[in-house]
Formats: sequence, structure tokens, C-alpha cells
Amino acid sequence: MPRYLLGRIGQAVLVLWVAYTVTFVLLQALPGDAVLIKFQGGDINLTPDQLEQVRQTYGADESVLQQYFQSLGRLVTGNLGYSVQHGVPVTKLLAANLPSTVALTALGFVLAVVIAVAVAFLSSLSPFAWLRRLLQAVPALFISVPTFWLGITLIQIFSFKLRLVPVIGGTAAQSLVLPVITLAVPISAPLAQVLIRSIDAVSLQPFVPVLRAKGAGPNWILWRHVGKNALLPALTIAGVLFGELIAGAVVTETVFGRTGIGVLTQDAVNNQDVAVLQAIVLLSALVYVVVNLIVDLLHPLLDPRLSQKVVLAA
Amino acid sequence: MTATALLPGLLRSTRRRSVSPTLVLAWVVVAVVILWAIAPGLFTHYSATSGVPQDRLLPPDAQHWFGTDQLGRDQYSRVVHGSIHSLSGAVVAVAVGFVAGSLLGLLAGSLGGLVDIVIGRVVDVLLSVPGLLLSLTVIILLGFGTVHAAIAVGLTSIASFTRLTRSEVVGVRRSDYVEAAFGSGGRRWSVLFRHVLPNSLGPVLALVALQIGTAIIAISTLGFLGYGAPPPTPEWGLLIADGRNYVATSWWLTTYPGIVVVVVVLAANRIGQSLGRRGRQGGSR
Repeated sequence: MPRYLLGRIGQAVLVLWVAYTVTFVLLQALPGDAVLIKFQGGDINLTPDQLEQVRQTYGADESVLQQYFQSLGRLVTGNLGYSVQHGVPVTKLLAANLPSTVALTALGFVLAVVIAVAVAFLSSLSPFAWLRRLLQAVPALFISVPTFWLGITLIQIFSFKLRLVPVIGGTAAQSLVLPVITLAVPISAPLAQVLIRSIDAVSLQPFVPVLRAKGAGPNWILWRHVGKNALLPALTIAGVLFGELIAGAVVTETVFGRTGIGVLTQDAVNNQDVAVLQAIVLLSALVYVVVNLIVDLLHPLLDPRLSQKVVLAA
Repeated sequence: MTATALLPGLLRSTRRRSVSPTLVLAWVVVAVVILWAIAPGLFTHYSATSGVPQDRLLPPDAQHWFGTDQLGRDQYSRVVHGSIHSLSGAVVAVAVGFVAGSLLGLLAGSLGGLVDIVIGRVVDVLLSVPGLLLSLTVIILLGFGTVHAAIAVGLTSIASFTRLTRSEVVGVRRSDYVEAAFGSGGRRWSVLFRHVLPNSLGPVLALVALQIGTAIIAISTLGFLGYGAPPPTPEWGLLIADGRNYVATSWWLTTYPGIVVVVVVLAANRIGQSLGRRGRQGGSR
């Protein structure tokens, strides 16, 4: 087990390192230059000498290889560099913007799980074929809806038509309702699809007729036996969906005008603020890698058969 | 499987069981949207870019099916004329993903060893970064614009194409006819391109259809954020972004283009699903 764990952690670190290197190479190849964008336009016209000085303070005058190793070294100590646009450390920007994004994504994920479980369980419990088919079509519809349009449509219906949620000046909870729904709906679709498929697969296994023969009702079988066994594939895809949550948050925050990582990302793209974008990409890769690591380690706990295999392999 | 090889199977399957009505509807939707893109003049006589000022912000009626925008432009006409941007963007994006992904998958699956490991790690990294952020990284590099947005979206689909092609190639490579082709003196590359690649492509084609739907959403998202086509272009995401300013009064400006996007994506996904199902049934592997 420790050997397996170390291997998995090593793999995770490798993915992060490659992600870092690839983004560094890509973003260093930029034809534009954040220093120029910030300091040359408008009324601040610096002389070439002064520009050179600014470059030196940001470390932009050294060779690419030197920059790579220096910033990699800084990364290990938790320093993500400076935002040229805002003139503050990137870590400070992230710390200021993370809490609202974390609140949004956490609630969005919970709601997505609730929707997915509801759709999957209701469709497999439904006594009518037409209702079952209708519920099974729900994920296909949800996956085809663009996040930004869903947000706008929700604002239209609930804020302007029904006047249930104020557009501006609501409480913190009120201002979270629509963004959370917007974020959750597209995320819930693949989750529901996998759940429906794995519930169907588990229901075909021989232990289900045995339970039925012993007199268990369909509700009991679904919740106590089939549901538990169907969770494993859903857990795997939930790890993948965490990354999509961050991307969804970028769009959702833009639509609802919430401050957070999303606005920060847009700002970084508009101003070629490379350090900020790189930090956000790395952050999402980190979240993805850590979540998948946890999912992998949870598997043997949920399915005792898997832990036996690991022990045999180690 | 090439198009001609697919055809007999398609005919046989339509004869054997009744065709699903939703699948027919999906093909009709796709056909209409392709016609919109090729010949928008057949569907609307209004201009997509110049409007009639006194007709501004009219709600939908018999004259203007989707209403008019703040400059008096017919919204339906803008959606029709915009289809070429969304469709061509999606096709370019999927082409990038398909070509790069299936080449990488072919290399990884057929060469194995170190090449396989390196490509596998690159795919891991591509999967670890959410598609939108990956696209934005490419856009910060290439700059804004329709083609750049399409390439950026295409890059995000490379990972899934690589994975699928690799697993197909690994499966096909062990089959008897490939062994026979090698045995009868076929060179490595000629066997790869004449036998392994065509026989691995079936499930990959289903992925192409699915990715078209995903790409349409991704491109409209980039357009909405302002990184795609420049403003006068009636690109679907941009249309919805424009309509957002009038969301309190003119619901039709965002609602109709959005519904068009949803219907087109649903149709593409439905077709992809049917191709995938046939791929699974047809292959005995």
C-alpha cells in the first residue's frame, strides 16, 4: 500500500510539473509583452531605459532558461510571481478572489450531485416507461445547454419576470441561488448519465433477483444494494468534473458579475497577464490531480475487492 | 471505416429495425443548419448587419420571427447568417482535435514503449486542465479571432481523440488480419495506414459527432466572453452577449439564439450517440 501511494503521488507531481513546463513554454513564446501593454499605452510614456528597468524588477530581462528554473524554484516555495497588471503578488490576488469562488463551486457541486442522484434514482424507480424515458433524456438536454445562456435565462425568468431574486442588492444567500443553479446543471448531466448506466448494469447482476426472491421491495433494493454498488463509477467521473467546475465558475461569475477567479481570469486574458493565468491553470490542475488522487485512494475503501488486489500487487 | 464502407451497414440497419423519430429529427435539424450556413439567402431576406432604425427592439411577430435588436436588425436573420461562423468554427476545432489526436493515438498504440508513455503523460496534462482554461491559454498566445478560438477549442479535444484511437489501435493491432498483413510482407507504416488506422476509426467517428456539439458550445462561450469573432459578426455567442444588455426588456434577443444553440447541440449529440451505438454493435471486438 505505501508503495502504491508513493507511486500515485509521484505520478500526480509529474503531471503538475509537466503542466507547469508546458504553460511556461507556451506563455513565454508570447509575441506580446505584459510590461509593454501596461506601461506604454496611454499617458505613461516611459523611455526605453525606464522600460528596461521595469523589466529588471520583474526579472523579464534574463534568459528564458534562467527564468524557468528561477520561477520553478519560487513555485516550490509557494511564490507564484507577480501580476504585472495589478502590481501585487499573484498569491495575494488568488487569496482575495478564492473564497467567493470556492463557495460557489462547493455549493454548485453539492447541487449537481443532488440533481444527478434524483434524476438517476427517480428514473430507475419510475413505474411508467414514458416517465423513465423522459427522465433519461434530462442529462442529454442539460449537457447541451451553454452555461452562459442558462445563467442569462435564469436571470430573465427569476429576476425580471417573477421578481423572486433581486438583480442587485440581495443578501449573500440570495445572490448565490441563481449562480449555483447555473453552475450545477451542466455538471450534473454527465454524473446522472454515469449513474443511470451503472444502476442499470448493477441491476442485471444475479444478487438482485435473489434479494427480490427474499422479498425485498424495489425501494429497499435500490437504496441499500444497487445504489451503493453503482456509486463507484460515479465517483470516478466526479473527480474529472471538479476541473469543469472551475471552468464553469469562470463563465458563471462573468454572467452574474460576481468577483472571483472567473473575473480574474478574464482580466488576465485581456491584459496578457501571463503570471496570473498560469497560476490559475496550475491551480485547476492541482485541484484535478488531488481530487483524482483522493478518489483513487477511496476506491479500495468502497469496494473491498479492490484493496485485496492492491495488497496482492504490492 | 470509410463513408462507403459505412453505407451498406446503414442501409441494412434501416431495413432491419424502425428508425428512431428523434434520430430523424436530429438529421433534419443538422441539414437545416448546414443549409443556413451555405445559403442563408434562401431562409431570410433581411440583412444580418444593417438594420432599420425605426424597427428597433420589436418583439417577435410574423415579420420578424425572433424580433429585432437595438439597431433594428432582424434577429432571425442574424441567427441564420451566424450559423456559418459557429459551424465552421466547430468543424475546424474538431478537425484539429481529430487529426492531432488520432495521429498521436496511432503512434502511441502502434509504437508502444517510451513513445506511448510520453504521449500518455501529455494526455494526462491536457485532461488535468479544464477545457475553457486551456482554450484561454491558447487565446492569450494567439490573440482573439474566429480561427484562433476554433484552434483553441480543438486543442481541448485532442486528449479524448488520442485516448480513444490508442485503445482502438491496440485492439486492432492484435487481430489476425493485421498479423497476416505483416506476415505477407507489409511494411510497418503501410500496414498502419492501410489496415490499422481505417479499422480503428469507427468509434472515433462517433466521437467526432459528439465533439461537434461540444465545440459549438465552447466556441459560443468564447464568443460570449469576447474572444471569438469581432462584434459586427452575428456569431451565436456574440449575439447572446449583445442581447444581455437588453435582458430586462427584450427577452427574445437572448432566448431565441440560445434555443437554436441548444437544439443544434442536442441534434449533434443524438447523431453521435447513434453512431456510437452502431459502432459497438457492428464490431465483434
